[in-house]
Amino acid sequence: MTQKTKYNFFIITILITLFVVFNGLIYTSNENENPIKLTEQGLHGQRLWQENNCWSCHQTYGLGGYLGPDLTNVYSAENKGPLYIKAFLNSGVKAMPKFNFSEAEKEALVTYLKFIDSTGYYPNYNAKFKPNGWVELEYKNEK
Amino acid sequence: MKNKAAIIFLITALSALLTGMLFGLFAALQYLIPEFLKELIPFHKMRPFHVTTVITWIVLCATGSIYFYLTQIEKLKLFSNKLMKLHLIVFLITGLGIYLSYIFGRMEGREYLAFTPILTIPILFGWLLFGINYFKTMLKQVKNWPVYYWMWGTGIVFMMIHLTEAHLWLFPYFREHVIKDLTVQWKSYGSFVGSWNMLVYGISIYVMARIKGNDAIGRGKLAFFFYFLGLTNLMFGWAHHTYILPTQPWIRYVAYGVSMTEWIILGYMIYDWKKNLSQTKKDSYPLAYRFLVTTDFWIFINLIIALLFSIPAINFFTHGTHITVAHSMGTTIGINTTILFASLLYIVSKISAFSKKQETLIKRGLWGFNITLFLFFSALLVAGAKRSHWMYAGNDTSFSNMQDSLFWVYMAFFVFGIALTTSISIIGLPILKKLINSLRV
Repeated sequence: MTQKTKYNFFIITILITLFVVFNGLIYTSNENENPIKLTEQGLHGQRLWQENNCWSCHQTYGLGGYLGPDLTNVYSAENKGPLYIKAFLNSGVKAMPKFNFSEAEKEALVTYLKFIDSTGYYPNYNAKFKPNGWVELEYKNEK
Repeated sequence: MKNKAAIIFLITALSALLTGMLFGLFAALQYLIPEFLKELIPFHKMRPFHVTTVITWIVLCATGSIYFYLTQIEKLKLFSNKLMKLHLIVFLITGLGIYLSYIFGRMEGREYLAFTPILTIPILFGWLLFGINYFKTMLKQVKNWPVYYWMWGTGIVFMMIHLTEAHLWLFPYFREHVIKDLTVQWKSYGSFVGSWNMLVYGISIYVMARIKGNDAIGRGKLAFFFYFLGLTNLMFGWAHHTYILPTQPWIRYVAYGVSMTEWIILGYMIYDWKKNLSQTKKDSYPLAYRFLVTTDFWIFINLIIALLFSIPAINFFTHGTHITVAHSMGTTIGINTTILFASLLYIVSKISAFSKKQETLIKRGLWGFNITLFLFFSALLVAGAKRSHWMYAGNDTSFSNMQDSLFWVYMAFFVFGIALTTSISIIGLPILKKLINSLRV
């Protein structure tokens, strides 16, 4: 092994060590969620969300598709909420396909969206902008 | 040709590109006429088809190019030809499995990896085979690796890490905690893009070095400095996707600190290479050279956007809008695809020369590609700006009204999409024909 190769391996080892520590911190970091974790019903809703590719058109926290609206705070938004969500699920309006969710499935999806709503705000209208380009987000548990 | 597996990788990749664009057009149609064929080809089913197929283009073209360079240009003896063939068979069968999973609605996965998660096992196995073959071949036969060999090795290893990390949601510990889950999901996607960039950028440096006729570009201290900077970005520079998530602030601080410097890396290297290239060498590989110059242009455009994105105050307004899509289209089509076309044209130049007529056609296709991609990209920027305006300054109108107001922007996006597909076909079809013919020799 040449000196240069050893030197490259040395740098890679340092980077991988930092990467492992960084991953460990990310994987174990605390969150600002309340309640702390998804219930069985919420997990069922999450499964339905994935199996029906809801993320293809909808977003949570601006992550997902752009054909439909972001649903991060649809549960608590003015004039929206659980009944509004349920009404849309099987309606088949515009580009949204007509799903045939049972009442239990609709309830599970609502529980999932309720949980997401409890984790934070998007768009984060009360975020504070700093002169250095930083943005201080408003967290849900600050209120 | 003696070893056909590398060429079959490339033929499959090009076929995926041409098919993937058609899926994209069908998906885009839903923006214009939402009710049209929505039960037959709904957006939520067409999007995974489109995304998986175009990612297949990037990954398979990079893989096939690397196999070709090692065996046909560098004349290295592969550790195992059987492993390469097995790698190809595993990927082809898994690809078929993915499409079947989509056709039958088995999409239990997530964005970008929507297929049923069990199919990740053969994909990981394929990467493992590639990794074994690559490292066993290179460690035995090559001393003092130039930077592109490091980049390919890194890309292969991190592809496996990414794929594993992207499926951590299968464990309740992750999926029960939504914010952590989203953070890890998008962290792995950042690493995914970083991994294929390692493969693709390594290819661009390799092709540049071969066109130039010496390896200095891949051996200098600067090349390695940029490689390590790229690796740092791959590991830590993903979080601009998650600035808006209510994670612990330190995660967001680290992201801001690392930010996206990858574009500077490659942009500088291509600039430096072009500056020192003699006219003779440019004339020896005119088509491959033209595509790499095009890459340079798209790096410049995307560099500006990427640097703006890395500032949280700007990211705040662009996140969740089509501006993000414009950036990803600009990078995957403008940068990755032009590099991969340069690679294919370099490979074809080693197999059989194009006729003058074909060369002229490809050059015209490249002009069409640049113009239509720029217009396509601009339409997305306009759509994103309008959506951002609606989100932060016009929220008294409904989402549906906002979408309706964007009709003509989506129409432009669709029309430019058709023109872009045509341009890419003009470039891709003669290459595909040459590659298929080479199998018969």
